[in-house]
This record gives sequence, C-alpha cells and structure tokens, in this order.
Amino acid sequence: MNYEKSNMMIKVKSVNKWYGKIQVLNDCSLNVSKGEVIVVCGPSGSGKSSLIKTINGLEPVNSGEIIVSGISVTDKSTNLDQMRSKIGMVFQNFELFPHMNVTENIKLGQTKVLRRTNEEAEQKAQALLERVDLTEHAHKYPSQLSGGQQQRVAIARGLAMEPMAMLFDEPTSALDPEMINEVLDVMVKLAKEGMTMMVVTHEMGFARKVADRVVFMDYGKIIEDAPSQDFFGSPRSDRAQEFLSKVLNH
Amino acid sequence: MFELDFSVIVIPANSSLLWEGIKMTFLLAGLAIVGGLILGTFLALLRIAKIPILSQISAAYVNFFRSLPLILVIFWFFFLVPLIVGRPVGAFTSVLVAFILFEAAYYSEIIRAGINSVRLGQLAAARAIGLTYIQSMRYVVLPQAFRAMTPILLTQAIILFQDTALVYVVGLRDFLVSAEIIANRDQRLVEMFLFVALVYFVLCFTASMGVKYYQKRINNEL
Ligand SMILES: Nc1ncnc2c1ncn2[C@@H]1O[C@H](COP(=O)(O)OP(=O)(O)O)[C@@H](O)[C@H]1O
Ligand SMILES: [Mg+2]
Repeated sequence: MNYEKSNMMIKVKSVNKWYGKIQVLNDCSLNVSKGEVIVVCGPSGSGKSSLIKTINGLEPVNSGEIIVSGISVTDKSTNLDQMRSKIGMVFQNFELFPHMNVTENIKLGQTKVLRRTNEEAEQKAQALLERVDLTEHAHKYPSQLSGGQQQRVAIARGLAMEPMAMLFDEPTSALDPEMINEVLDVMVKLAKEGMTMMVVTHEMGFARKVADRVVFMDYGKIIEDAPSQDFFGSPRSDRAQEFLSKVLNH
Repeated sequence: MFELDFSVIVIPANSSLLWEGIKMTFLLAGLAIVGGLILGTFLALLRIAKIPILSQISAAYVNFFRSLPLILVIFWFFFLVPLIVGRPVGAFTSVLVAFILFEAAYYSEIIRAGINSVRLGQLAAARAIGLTYIQSMRYVVLPQAFRAMTPILLTQAIILFQDTALVYVVGLRDFLVSAEIIANRDQRLVEMFLFVALVYFVLCFTASMGVKYYQKRINNEL
C-alpha cells in the first residue's frame, strides 16, 4: 500500500443518489486526507446533508463508491454498525437522548458498542466533559442545557467513540448567535489537534480559520473543491461567488 | 321496599370468596397487560420495520382483532385452545390467551403511535454512534415512546381491567362471578351488585385520576 493510499481517510467516488425522482447527489467525488478539515457549503437543498449521511452509511447511495479508511461503506458486506462507531457525527438539532443525562448520553455508545466497562466509560465521559468545559453539568438532562451546551455534549458523545473522523451537519445553525462561538471554539481546538473533519457550515470565519479546503455544492453537484485561500480569494464559479457574497454580507 | 343488608359481605365465608375473586381479577388483568404489552411492542416493531411482508402480517393481525368483539374472542379461545393443544387447558389459560392476543392489537397501535412521535433524528443519532437497529430501538427510541405513551397505555390497562368481567361467560371465578355466587346463594342480589359496582368504580376512578395527574406532570416536563 502506497503512502498516499494509507493517508486517505474519506474517498467519495462518482456517487449518485435519488430520493424517488429527485436526484440529490449528482456524480459527487471528493477526497479527504487524514487530518484534513473540509468545509462544505452551498444553498439549502443542494445535497450537503445527503452527502454527509452517505459517508457514514446513514443513507444508501444508488451508485458510486465511498471508502472510509480503506473500508467500503457502499459494499453490502461491510458491517455498517461497526463502521459508524468509528465516524463521529454531529447534527444540526443536537439529537441528544432526552431521557438520559449528559454522562449517560456520552456513555451509551461506549458501553453498548465498544463494550467498555461502566467505570471506563464514566472516566472517559468525565475527561471529555472537561475538554468541552461542561464538567459541572455532568448530571443534568439535555432539556436543562442551552443549545450551545447541548451541542458541546453532542460533540463529546461523538468523541467518546474515539472516531477516526468527525462529520458535522450545520452544527451551529440552530443556535442563538451568542452561543455559536462556544461550539466553534471546541471545533477549532479539535481541528488543531489533527482530527479529520468534514463540516457543513455557513460560518465562513470558521472556514477561513481552520479549513484546508472548501467544497461548494449546488443542485446535488460539487461545483468547487478548492483550497480555502483560493476559494475565498476568487471562487471560480458564478454560483459560488453569488453564494459567498450572500453569506458574507449578512 | 325491602331493606338493604350489606353485612352479607363481611360473613367470613363470603368475604374470603370475594377476596379470591378480586385476586383472580387482578391476576388475570396483570398477566394480560404484561403479555399484551410484550406482544404489542413486538407487533409495533414488525409494523414499522421496512420489510413489507412483516408489516403486512402485523397490520392484518391488528385489523383482524380490532374488528371482533372481545366476548367472541373469549368464547372462541375457550373452545379453540383445547382443540389445538389436544387437551383441556382450563378456563384461566384460555381466557388469558384470548386477552393477550386481543389486547396486543390495541397496545400495538398505541405503541406504534408512540414510536412515530419520537423524532427521526433520534434514530439517526443512535445509529450514528454505532448502535444496531435493535439497540437503537431498545435504548433510545422505545424508552421515549413509552414515556410519551404511558398515559394512554394506562388508560387502556384500566379498560382491560374492566373488560376482565367478561370472563363471566366462561364461568371463571373472578370478582364479579364470586359476588354473583353469593348474591344468589344468600338472596342479596341488590347489595352484592351494588358492592361490585362500587369496588370497580373506586378502583378505576382512582386509577384514572392517577393517570390524569401523571399526564399533567409529564406535560409540564416536556
Ligand atoms: N428523506 C428524504 N426524502 C425525500 N427527499 C429528501 C429527503 N431528504 C432530503 N430530501 C431532498 O433532497 C434534497 C437535498 O437535501 P439535503 O441533502 O438535506 O440538502 P441540504 O443539506 O444541502 O440542505 C432536497 O431537495 C430535499 O428536499
Ligand atoms: Mg442540510
């Protein structure tokens, strides 16, 4: 195996996906190397969530191939449950489990999927809560936390599985403006520690700061895939320019 | 008019017969609720599974039992179960089977609605951390579904408790039948049936007040 291959974390090859008659992914190809941070942006309905969800097999593809760390996600014989446990995912609406407290949320996957003991899982949860600065909320329920705090717990829940990559689907777009930064700060820290990340977001400040590349989608197609300096310097497509001027000016 | 004499209830022989009767009523209702819930959950999971044949079977089952009067199902199983197993099984077993199969149809619809009330994102989040479909249901979706559905499930349980009086038709000695035996033997029909009504009323009314209170509490929480 050559160096480049083993350094590849996510490989998306000519993926097509339909919901009934609507094509939501149109011949999408994308490579993410180990440690890279990719920001995915584009207008609403352009297929960003669909792309993210196909990468950890939450949504099937109609054709094409997706390989994560050498293992095919689109191959029928792959154990997707095991695969997913190695890819963290953070949702727009947090999706913490409301009937469990913060610690239990972070422990569930550890005990049921990784089969860690209760003590190990508890220790890991505590360490992660420290990392996202929520130690004093360990025994609260999600409904008792602010949106920003909930999203940080969701990130901790993903990290508890010690994933090889993290996927974020608009992690700050459901948040009140004053809470956006506390979540972005955690993500910036994560990026600087070398986590491979794919982030759907319109936070262009975040993109400028940590993204290696920016991917722009429109109508299910990847229109641009450029190093972030190039993308912000001068996006090649008119659609991306138009989009960028909108998100940067509001 | 004749005089009412409720002392008939406290004659030791009578009160112990009534006590046996009420125990039978509770035992039957309790086992039917537990059995109905287990089978009902199973049916609900089949119904929402993305395997057409399984969900069709479950739907057919539910529609079938919901289209029959309970009393007919009780009768049926009283005669049918012994034929199927090839030996007498006793009124209790046949009635219990009938109640579980019948109630499961109602429970499954309640539970299915409960599962559908849980946001789809919860299942996605559970799957995303690597839980299997079954684990996701077990640890994430069902606990939330049951929490939302508890008041309706309890209300259905109260209805079932009342419906157990239908075992009268196969002569099983529940509370009502025990009271009737005394009523006829001691010629105290009015007293005994008033007493039975009062007991059912107090038990069920208290229980439904409890459910209302609980419903208010979870409404405040959500
Ligand atoms: N489960 C679904 N069933 C049918 N259509 C869907 C479903 N999810 C998304 N879509 C459609 O697919 C398109 C892309 O959606 P999505 O990937 O969520 O876009 P984005 O995240 O960029 O807003 C949209 O037109 C949306 O309406
Ligand atoms: Mg989206």
